[in-house]
Amino acid sequence: MTLQDERPDPEALLAIANAEAAADALGSDGQPRRRPGRLKIFLGMCAGVGKTYTMLQDARARSAEGVDVLIGYVETHGRPDTEALLEGLQSLPRKQAPYRGVIVREFDLDAALARLPALIVVDELPHSNAPGSRHPKRYQDVLELLEAGIDVHTALNVQHLESRADAVAQITGVPVRETVPDTILERADEIELIDLSPDELLKRLAEGKVYLGEGRASAAANSFFRKGNLNALREMALRVTAERVDKQMRDYMRAKRISGPWKSTDRLMVAVNDSALSERLVRHARRLAYTLDAPWLAVHVETAAARGERERGGVERNLALARELGAEVVSTTDDDIARGLLRVAQQHNVSQIVVGRPRESALRRFLGGGTLVARLIDLSSKIDVHVVGGEDLGHAPTPRPIVQFHSTPAAYTQALGIMLLVVMIGFGVFVGLDLDYQVMGLVFLFTVLLLSLRFARGPVLAATALSALGLDLLFIQPYLSLSIQQLSDFVLFGLYFGIAVVVGVLTTRLRNTALLLRQREAQVVASFEFASDMSGAVKLEDVCRVATERLSALFDAPVQILLPDINRQLHVALGQAGPAAGALAEDRELGVATWAFEHARPAGKQTDTLPTAIAQHMPMLTSNGAVGVISIGLKDRLSTQQADLLRALVSQAALAVEREQLDEASKQRSVIEEAERLSKTLLSLISHELRTPITAITGAASSLTEPDVDGDPAARLALHESIQSSAARLNQLIENLLDMTRLESGTLKLNADWTDVSDLIRTVRERVAGDLAEHEFIVDLEPGLPLVRMDVVLMEQVLNNLLRNAALYTPKGTRVRLRAQREGDELVLAVMDRGPGIPIEELPRAFEKFRRGEAGASTGLGLGLSICKGLVEAHRGSIAADNRSGGGLRVVIRLPIDPMPKVPEGRDE
Amino acid sequence: MSDAPPRPIALVIDDELEIRRFLRVSLNANGYDVHEVATGADGVTQAAMLRPEIIILDIGLPDISGLEVLLRLREWSRVPVIALSARHGESDKIAMLDAGANDYLTKPFSVGELMARIRAARRVTLPASEASSAQVGALRIDFAARAVTLNETPIKLTKTEYALLRMLAENLGKVLTHRQLLRGIWGPEYERETHYLRVYVGQLRKKIEADPDNPRYLVTESGVGYRLRGE
Repeated sequence: MTLQDERPDPEALLAIANAEAAADALGSDGQPRRRPGRLKIFLGMCAGVGKTYTMLQDARARSAEGVDVLIGYVETHGRPDTEALLEGLQSLPRKQAPYRGVIVREFDLDAALARLPALIVVDELPHSNAPGSRHPKRYQDVLELLEAGIDVHTALNVQHLESRADAVAQITGVPVRETVPDTILERADEIELIDLSPDELLKRLAEGKVYLGEGRASAAANSFFRKGNLNALREMALRVTAERVDKQMRDYMRAKRISGPWKSTDRLMVAVNDSALSERLVRHARRLAYTLDAPWLAVHVETAAARGERERGGVERNLALARELGAEVVSTTDDDIARGLLRVAQQHNVSQIVVGRPRESALRRFLGGGTLVARLIDLSSKIDVHVVGGEDLGHAPTPRPIVQFHSTPAAYTQALGIMLLVVMIGFGVFVGLDLDYQVMGLVFLFTVLLLSLRFARGPVLAATALSALGLDLLFIQPYLSLSIQQLSDFVLFGLYFGIAVVVGVLTTRLRNTALLLRQREAQVVASFEFASDMSGAVKLEDVCRVATERLSALFDAPVQILLPDINRQLHVALGQAGPAAGALAEDRELGVATWAFEHARPAGKQTDTLPTAIAQHMPMLTSNGAVGVISIGLKDRLSTQQADLLRALVSQAALAVEREQLDEASKQRSVIEEAERLSKTLLSLISHELRTPITAITGAASSLTEPDVDGDPAARLALHESIQSSAARLNQLIENLLDMTRLESGTLKLNADWTDVSDLIRTVRERVAGDLAEHEFIVDLEPGLPLVRMDVVLMEQVLNNLLRNAALYTPKGTRVRLRAQREGDELVLAVMDRGPGIPIEELPRAFEKFRRGEAGASTGLGLGLSICKGLVEAHRGSIAADNRSGGGLRVVIRLPIDPMPKVPEGRDE
Repeated sequence: MSDAPPRPIALVIDDELEIRRFLRVSLNANGYDVHEVATGADGVTQAAMLRPEIIILDIGLPDISGLEVLLRLREWSRVPVIALSARHGESDKIAMLDAGANDYLTKPFSVGELMARIRAARRVTLPASEASSAQVGALRIDFAARAVTLNETPIKLTKTEYALLRMLAENLGKVLTHRQLLRGIWGPEYERETHYLRVYVGQLRKKIEADPDNPRYLVTESGVGYRLRGE
């Protein structure tokens, strides 16, 4: 349709903005500061435009509004009008840091955090901190302030932006040393451009209002402040601001679902190698990604060609830059760079690729099947390819030597030695057998082939040269001369040399590919083994032990895992392989680890934060934040691949630790739940069971005070009996509860002693006589039973419970029998009744807690049988219940009869 | 009434108000003048001031343990003491008996039981060694002649059986713990060999009891010891 539909309605935008402002005003004051702080950047094209001045004016205004403003760090360069602005504002004292024998005065981050103002002013964002500070760069200090919920106002010149630095260097010819990543600009909630026309600035300069540094710096500054430069810088500053405004607008519309540009589906990829051009490529890609609002990848394809330390360093530097600028970094292996790039591109759904203009020679282009760009374009149908020029680089790319002399001298000696030997033997054979020299050429060729299986490119090429020399001198006429007369000999020799070189190079490359593959495989295996070890470890201690062992072995470095306690203080985790190396355990390292844990970012060696630490401290991150820290005392810098592997393994360890922590928490929860369920059941049963006899006692006792009842002896007797039986029932209930508690808590102590079974039976009979008065109670006691070791009081309790159950659940007048007899080495106690028994399906659960018979009175907690089971089993005995053939229940207890020690008879006559 | 003999004094040491009230009513009804204290320290003081005929002592007291009270009492007094204990408190009961308590009662108990124990305890305080013989139902033990008769029929006992019966008879009605009996008859080094006691009690019962499985005289106190029933 028309534009009307796609363009945002200004009224709608205004409404949303107003609503937001209102919400902000409601939420900002009075609440505890947990939101991150707001960042305002005062952006200028260069020094002298008045950033500090404007920033301080702003701070004064805020202070006048009642905001708690603190001047964290401001450099006035002695300008009186700027200094005047500082009056009345609270300034943070600077920290004195010794650096190379000089006291450097630095911004005091810790004091600022401790002071916790609402707003802090920190000038000179790109400043590099003195070595030994927590962060190498001041912008990292600022990020930490923001994390702590403090608003920050800061100032920045456009030339210090990472993505603009090289452009500025090209324009002005002055290298920019101190840079800040562009992400800080994105992080800013507000950017205020301090603009000044170049003429005005030059006027101020002439009036001496601009600080230019001392001595040589001043001279350099003079060449910097030229009108052309200033115009270019101004344009850059304006453009940066405009880009940001544009992006903010798009973000805003998208966030508010105002019709407008659709969300970018673009995904950028930049190919990175070791060259200086790559650095520019990365910056270019970053700018492009920012403008397109697209995520981006930096990809390095490692080829089979062997690489020296310097190249590897270059690649890592470029990848690190990309990572810092916000790229996802991918490293892959492929012999064909174009194919490798496209594979990654497809895996990551990349829509645009940024590559450098090729520097390949015509020969390489021909051999490689065309230029990288051409091949990329050929192979990629849907992907856009941006080619960035590489000719006008400020400094030439480091030329790569054809032969890489990174083999040891020993390897050269060996290869040359072998070849010399072959040439000499060959000469002997040649002379002795009068062979054709072409045959010798093939023999040497074969030797070169064999050598290339064992040696790197350098020694093989050296040996090839030696063999060619030998062939020419000794085998091709004229002998002992380098000249070749016959054309055919010349052709043959040329072919020989060419074939030997190609064969040697190809074989070495194959070998390198195999080597790389082996390394990759080793990493995959390490990662896989680590993962399977992690999943195999069943306890937190195991996880920590295995993780430290594995990591320590893989990286050949001391490793330590730190886990937080309830107060989030880090402690060395239990179960670790050995005592961690002393250095890791130092307070300072623990401090670094704590920083890493609290900020969920790596810290220490080879990171941005406290890089002077001995170890690298990696937070163990999961979706729920950091669960701990792995400290690894690295000796050397890790390669990109190793660092990737370490990151992957740490994250696996983190998941395993989290899993175990969750597992432990859920175990504790289920134990608590079970205990709660039990205590609920118990409470409801007890309240019922206690209330019944108490009601009976209270009622009977109050009746006894009635004059009518008092005069009636029969009624009095009945009430007395009711009181007594209810009291007895209460007593039994409490005893059972006590026994249960002692069984459950494991505090039951068996007081086993030699016991006369007849004593046991008699006591039981006396105690239950009242309960069984209305049953036919029969006791069968086998005469001559041996003494049995038991806790007689507990065993009485068992039999009491069984007999009282029988009294309770069987009809009056039926027979209840208690039998004690010996069967082999066992004492068998049986309680039998003629009641309803237990339904067959209930029998297996008869001894569970809170289970009681359906029939009969609804009394007892159903604890009786489970207590009996517990007590009998404590006696190494068994208890079982079954239904009798003629009806009724039989409970059988079997106790072991131990041989009794001898009793002396000697003293008796 | 004024010329009536003074009522014997009973001292109740228990921290539970309800137990004290119930004991006061029961003991009063049985002719005792009852004094009550709620703490062990007061108990020791009152025992010294009142010189009671009987002390009912709860084992679990808030300040000092019943055992501690008993040990302090026994430093200067042989007043009969009956200990009150909870069930499952076998070790406490034994400790009290070993420390010189005359008897014990397990809560809950009936008034009848309590009065029987009090009577037995007060009788035992007469020095038994001075008596020349003991008579329990149809059973008669003549200490001087070392002779035992049941229904006038002489019974032949071994040395150990006689020693056991004599020790129980000298403490007629009183519970003797296994340890006390084993130390007294076999010596201190045998105080853990309870099976000796079981064997000899079994033999003795066969000789002096009409129905050894339901003994009338030599009764078992489960988990604690034995007693020769006095009445």
